[in-house]
This record gives sequence, C-alpha cells and structure tokens, in this order.
Amino acid sequence: MAAAREIAELASAVEPPANDYSAWVSRNPDGSAHIDLLVPGIHCAGCISRIEKHLNAHPGVRTARVNLTTKRLALDWDETTTGPHDLIGAVEQLGFDARPFSSETAAKQAGAGRELLIATAVAGFAAANVMLLSVSVWSGADAATRDLFHWISALIALPAIAFSARPFVRSAARALSARQLNMDVPISLAVILAAALSLHETMTSGPHAYFDAAVMLLFFLLIGRTLDHMMRARAHSAVTQLLSLNARGATVIDSDGARRFTDMANIRPGMIVAVAAGERVPADGLVAAGTSDLDRSIVTGEAAPEPIAAGAAVEAGTMNLTGPVEIRVTATGDDTFLAEVVRLMEAAEQGKARFVRLADRAARIYAPLVHVLAALTFAAWLAAGTGWHAAALTAIAVLIITCPCALGLAVPVVQVVASSVLMRAGIMVKDGAALERLAAVDTVIFDKTGTLTKGNLTLDNLPPVSTEALAVAAGLTMHSSHPLSRALHRVLRERGIVAHHLDDIREVPGFGLSARHGGKTVRIGSREWVGFEAGDEHAQAELCLAVEGSAVKVFTFNDELRDDAVDTVARLKALGLRTVILSGDREPAVRQTAETVGVDLYRAGWKPQDKAAYITSLENAGERVLMVGDGINDAPALAAAHASMAPSAASDIGRTAAGLVFLGDRLSSVVTAYRTARAATRLVKQNFAIAALYNLIAVPIAVAGLASPLVAAIAMSSSSLIVTGNAMRLRLTPLGRPPKPGAKP
Amino acid sequence: MNGLIILIPVALFLGAVGLVAFIWALKSGQFDDLDGAAVRILEDDDDQKDD
Repeated sequence: MAAAREIAELASAVEPPANDYSAWVSRNPDGSAHIDLLVPGIHCAGCISRIEKHLNAHPGVRTARVNLTTKRLALDWDETTTGPHDLIGAVEQLGFDARPFSSETAAKQAGAGRELLIATAVAGFAAANVMLLSVSVWSGADAATRDLFHWISALIALPAIAFSARPFVRSAARALSARQLNMDVPISLAVILAAALSLHETMTSGPHAYFDAAVMLLFFLLIGRTLDHMMRARAHSAVTQLLSLNARGATVIDSDGARRFTDMANIRPGMIVAVAAGERVPADGLVAAGTSDLDRSIVTGEAAPEPIAAGAAVEAGTMNLTGPVEIRVTATGDDTFLAEVVRLMEAAEQGKARFVRLADRAARIYAPLVHVLAALTFAAWLAAGTGWHAAALTAIAVLIITCPCALGLAVPVVQVVASSVLMRAGIMVKDGAALERLAAVDTVIFDKTGTLTKGNLTLDNLPPVSTEALAVAAGLTMHSSHPLSRALHRVLRERGIVAHHLDDIREVPGFGLSARHGGKTVRIGSREWVGFEAGDEHAQAELCLAVEGSAVKVFTFNDELRDDAVDTVARLKALGLRTVILSGDREPAVRQTAETVGVDLYRAGWKPQDKAAYITSLENAGERVLMVGDGINDAPALAAAHASMAPSAASDIGRTAAGLVFLGDRLSSVVTAYRTARAATRLVKQNFAIAALYNLIAVPIAVAGLASPLVAAIAMSSSSLIVTGNAMRLRLTPLGRPPKPGAKP
Repeated sequence: MNGLIILIPVALFLGAVGLVAFIWALKSGQFDDLDGAAVRILEDDDDQKDD
C-alpha cells in the first residue's frame, strides 16, 4: 500500500497549526499579561471553583477569575513563567473548551449598560430626596419653609435631570432631526417643561412644584430602558460568544514548503492551504494533494460524508474528516459560496416588509395624541380666560400624567422576564423583536439534517454477520475517526463484541481501512475499496466489510432523529401550526423522516435559494413562517422567515441569521420558545390595556386641572408597579418540562 | 424648625454617600457577574492564592 504510506508520511508532517494567541493578550500596568477566555461549559459553582483553583495553582498565574454570567475567564499571569498556550491547555485539561475572546468588544458592551445604570442611580437618588421634601410640602409646610424646600428640590433635581435625561433627549433629538416622533419626544418634553415650570414656580414662590414628578418619571423610564438594554446585551454576548468560537485563520504552505498560520484576510486565490483532519475548510478551492472524506452537510444538508481526492472542489465551512489535505484556494471573500449565501440573505431581508415593534407601533399612535391633548388643554384653558400661567400649568400636568411611564415599562419588563425564563430553558433570544415575531407565526419549517436529526450517523441495521467477522470489524473501525467507523464501532462495543487484534493496519482517507488477520487481508470501507460491485447505487451511507475468502457484508447507516422530534412536531400541530420540512438531502431520506415525524408537507433536494424563495412566497401570501435550521444552506431561509431559530451546534452563519438559538439537543425548545413568546405578547397587550385604562382615568383629572403633584406621583408609580407585577406573572406560567440539568463538562 | 437646618443636609449627605458607593461598586466590577455572585456564596472554602 504505497498510497497509504505516503499519506501516513503526509499526516505526520501536518502538525496542528500553532495558533498565535498574541492578538488577544494585553498587558496590565504592573507588567503581567492578561487574556479573556470564553469557556462556554461553565454553568455552576463547581465549575467556578474547579477552574479557579486549578488555574490559581498553575505556576505563573497571578489571578484567575471566572465570570459566570458571561461564561468568561479572566487570566493574569507572569509572562516569564507561562504562556497562553499552557493556560488554555490547563483549562482544557479540566474538560472545558476555552477560546480567546476580544476584551474590547466586551468593554464596549459594558460601557453603554453602565451609563444607563449610573443615570438610573442618580435619578433614583434624586427621586427619593425630592420626594422626601415634597411629602413635607404636601403635609402642609407653610410659605417660607415651602419655598426653602422647593429651592432644595431644585438644587437636587435640576443637575440630576441634566445628567439622567441625556439618553432620552439624545434619542428624541435624533427622531426630531429625522422628522419623526418617537416615545422619547413627549418624555423629554414633559421632563424639561416640568423642570422649567417648577423652577419658575419656585422663583415666584408658587404653591406647586413638579420636581418630584419630573425626577420620578425619569427614574421609572430609566429602569425600563436599563432592563431593555440588559436583555439585549445578554443575548448579544451569548451570540457573539458562539460566533467567536471559530478562530478565523488558515495554515498556508509557502512555495518553499514552509507552513505558517495566518489570518483569513491574508488568504489569496492561488495559495495552498493545509487542512488537517477535523478542521473546517477555510476557503473555496480545489484539492491539490491528499485524500479524505468531507462532511458537506452544512452546505448541502446531506448527512453522509463524501470522499474527496485531488481535483475535487471543496467549499468553505465544510468539515474535513479523515485525512490531511492541501487545498489550492480558488476564491476568497466576495467570491466564495459563503459570500453568495450572505448575498442571498441580504436580499431576503430587504424583501421582507419592515417589521414595526409593538412598542413603536404604540408610540406612533400615542405620541401625537399626547401632544395634541396637551396643546388642546392649553388652548381651552386660555380660551376660558385663566391666563397663560394657569393654562401652561394644566397643560404640563397633562403631559406629565400621560407620559408613558407604564407604556415605557410595558414592553421591556415583559421581554426581560421572558428572555430570562427562556435563558433558563437553554434558549437565547437575540432581541425583543425576535420574540414578538415568533408569537405571530402560523407555519413552522424545519430543515432536516442537524435540525430534526442529530446530524450524525448511526447504524441502521446489523446484517447477519458472524461474531468472528464482527470482531474483525470492531478491530478495524477502532483505528479510524471516520464518522461511519465510529458509529459502527460504538454499536459493536455496546453489543459486547471484543475487537480482534489486527496487524498492519492502514487507513486510506476517502476509501477505508485494511489490515491483516490470521493470514487474510481484511478491509472495511467504500464499495470501491472492497471491490464490491453488486446491488444498486449508493442510496444510503454504508460501510462494506470484506474478509478474504468470504462474501462482502454491507452495513447501512442513517441519520438518527432527535429524541423529541416526533413529539415536538405533534405538539406544534396541536397548537394549530402547519409543519413543513425543506431539505437539501435526497428524496428517500427526506420522505422517511417526514413520514416518521408526521409533518404536513416536505420538499427534498432544495437549494438555499429555493428554500428562501418558498418562504418569501409564503410570507407574501400573508403567512408568518418560523424557520428552524442550522446549515449554511439554511441561512437565506432563516433570514427570509418572519421568525427563525437555530440549534447552538449550527454553522456560524446559521446562528447569526437566526433570531433565537437553543442550546443542547432538545428540539422541544421550539415549542417552549413559541409558547413563551405567545404568553409574553399576551402580557404586553395586557400591559398596554392597563396603561390605557390608567390614562382614561388620569387624563380627565389632569385636563380638568385637578391633578396636583401628589396625584401625579401616586398615579404614575402605581401604574408602573402594576405593569411590572403583571409582567412577573410570566414566571408562573408553566412552559412544558423543566430543562435537564446541564451536561457534565 | 431649626432642626431642619441640620437634618436636611444630613439626609442629603447620607443619600449621596449611598449614590457614590453604588457608582464605586459599579465601576469596580461588583455588578459584572450577578449570577456568579449568587452561586459563589455556596462555596464553603475561602482559600485565596497568597502571593
């Protein structure tokens, strides 16, 4: 077997690329080095203490600190003693996957949240103290004392407003400069006018000052804003964590044979890149040397690996399974298959009608109404001859009272509660809009490979084979990392077959294995490899076992369904949703899956653009589609669909395109997410109703000029509390089975 | 009434101390890992690396 020897030599030459971590390492002022590692497996107190203890005991490490919320590990170490390689190795030794993470992105995210939190704290401080003084005024402080209290209130409130109102004023200014009205315009107006009017009242020794109302309004709205931000930051960090797991780079072989690891940006067509077994192909290209098996499922949706040899075309993102290969890059960047998919996605997103979020829809109706109402009040009181001062006072009271405190909280509180409920069930929501969209769907479309199925192959049938032959098969397959070999070996081990010891074992990637046993040649692999010609063409993934002197035995493999696939589809149908499978796989495989899980409709052999076009046509016909898929070939469909979900094991691009990502392998997450989204949307609508009811009662009082600052304060706080309390009910809603405790690392 | 001259500044001062403490805690990273803080309390050892 000359070929096998050659390949074995080649394999020994291909060292895994020495990853260069220096880009992620930063220096502390005291000279030690720092790196942020992403460790997705951290999930409990035990993980924290194991990692921290192990690394703190590592020579050279100054501090190791785990952040459970963001699943990151911050490491400071002495550069003379150890290096990032050692440290990452030490974490991996504990059974955790660890990758470097750019701390810049993390810092930027934290910055915006911190600004909001500080603004909230300042507003809260001011609200508490001003309220203290206001209560004294309401309980009857007389002229001189009242003026003093008003002045102190002004001293506290005005700087606090100047500081804390910035997020709203900025957003309002942006909206106005774009000639639009958003919810922040009446908020900013009410706060600023209330502060100005109160200052005027204070200076003229007037009886009423609205500092308390203005500051409280800010406080409540900032709480809503902070919650909204926290939810988005949390979802965002979860998604970027998943994305950052793939280091972007490739090992280039220069013309003099030297190998170097370089960034993707430096890869040019014509370069030769080395792809070791188990690595993803970095760029589109042609195989220049070596043979292997390629897992194309991410591109085609087909589960069975394909053998590749010199001259075969490979796409970026596919997984090289068994042997090292060298690839001549034919396309990079904009020309790749991946870029084509991205273009399809963008087109799909543009074609989709712009979705208006519930809160914005409410704001569009509400904001003009508030302004008109305030203006009318002002005009009416002026016409009634009360003078501009009293009229302005009443008009501002109307603005303050109608100001959408409850409305500002109605949506974010519910969505934060919903996303934390989902997070606990292992489902990550990218933003609130994703939840709102999900609640509206009436059709669920599944991809097959990797979504309905586990995406790895298992033995379909065990042909009538002697135990002796099975022992040979076990002996052969234990030496290969090919998915079919592993699947067969697993089954044989489970059946208690003791593997024979074989001599002279060779693996030829793309074909199979051969060995000597008791003077006979034994082979396992493709039909070509064992010289088996009979039977039909390849309908299924298969391994052929040939023992010299006896008939060839064929083992067939299937992509196993996820355990709860049938149950999930049944539950979705019970909820009144139409279920569809769109797959790139071949017809027989798809039909079998479709019949087993019982979907309403299936289509096989579809290309990415077919899937996206089908979804767009459904959307145009007024249906709302939830697309559940994982592959690169699903990305355009995920982008085109009204709502989209992907398993966390999906391709990068699939996860990026999806609005929700679920961890683990429970497909029932789809049902959980849908039901939570429905419950959340119901609560949001209830909250809007509560806010409307509050306005129906409060506005007439304000317009009539009966709203004292006390009434305004009570009305505002109580409506906000009711809305928040209502949102908390979501935690009480049972949403199916509780999640299994996280898998042991 | 004269008590107010003392009490109001005292109240404001205490409030401000709280605010400053919160901002300090926020800036020094006390709120960075709320989930972690919740489970760390269950750790029964407090051995720190001493160097």
